[in-house]
Amino acid sequence: MFAAENGLKGDPRLQAISDAIRVVPHFPKPGIMFQDITTLLLDHKAFKDTVDIFVDRYRDMDISVVAGVEARGFMFGPSIALAIGAKFVPLRKPRKLPGEVIAETYDLEYGSDRLEMHVGAVQPGERVIVIDDLVATGGTLSAAIRLLERVGAQVVECACVIGLREVKGQRRLNGKPLYILVEPREIDGCY
Amino acid sequence: MASQDEQDPRISNISSAIRVIPDFPKPGIIFQDITTLLLDTKAFRDTIDLFVERYRGKDISVVAGIEARGFIFGPPIALAIGAKFVPMRKPNKLPGEVLSEEYSLEYGKDTMEMHVDAVKAGERALIIDDLVATGGTLSAAIRLLECVGVHVVECACVIELPELKGRERLGGKPLFVLLSST
Repeated sequence: MFAAENGLKGDPRLQAISDAIRVVPHFPKPGIMFQDITTLLLDHKAFKDTVDIFVDRYRDMDISVVAGVEARGFMFGPSIALAIGAKFVPLRKPRKLPGEVIAETYDLEYGSDRLEMHVGAVQPGERVIVIDDLVATGGTLSAAIRLLERVGAQVVECACVIGLREVKGQRRLNGKPLYILVEPREIDGCY
Repeated sequence: MASQDEQDPRISNISSAIRVIPDFPKPGIIFQDITTLLLDTKAFRDTIDLFVERYRGKDISVVAGIEARGFIFGPPIALAIGAKFVPMRKPNKLPGEVLSEEYSLEYGKDTMEMHVDAVKAGERALIIDDLVATGGTLSAAIRLLECVGVHVVECACVIELPELKGRERLGGKPLFVLLSST
């Protein structure tokens, strides 16, 4: 569900966040309009507003874990976790986490990848939000949800700055609510 | 280096929140795992506060964080001191025009990239990572930033492994750490 449809309609912060995101055509390959959040991180006010919108939403929802998907989820998750008094749990690519892990495989366009989480980072019954910069097909977030549910955690919501067209109209992913701040911008004249 | 004779009382809780894992990624290496620090809300908060207290009001406009654990500590510091956050990334991740810097690993080389238009000449920058060992990664980041005329004020890490002498490889740039691990 988009923030503008859920209490933040007309909020000027959302337009500024959207405008701060750079669109890079044909990256990583022709036809992809890459939504580059690094320019949002250069705009202190827009970056702070991004974090504040998530913090305002989650601070009273009794969330004890913010799980962030490597690597761009690491740029947003810890600030949210610190502000709401939650733990930050990184969900990482294979062989980065040094302790005992559980892993979940997910499909890519070609082939598959794996997401790992430390055993013991999240306890059964904990209320968790999952953060990433962008949701496209939802494959990565679905793997994250499966990891967390395997350890008995309750995934309350998945939160992303940007949600692609494929998820528009889907309020849920794997049965979990999705909360998204902005849609991707196109560049006029670029296909 | 953080003074050891007047150690801030928050430091000992930060230290005990870090998990040490032997023989990772290979035999003989003692890995300093900061993920357990991130599970201790007070110790993580204190870690960020210690850096923010040092750098607030020092006219720093750029916090550069090194992929990937520098992405965990850097943005909260940047937000608190009013600076931009600039990710220093592995190759082929950044979509825009980049500058690249090669650096040595124990075996072989790696490359670090930065968006060219993320920073401007004359800006004052901090570089953040979770840990400094040989200093190879930090010195690559210093070179990337200085290449475009940024003034690197200091490198800051949670942990230093002093036996690996990274401090001496930073081209004279100061290094601030919270903990030293021998």
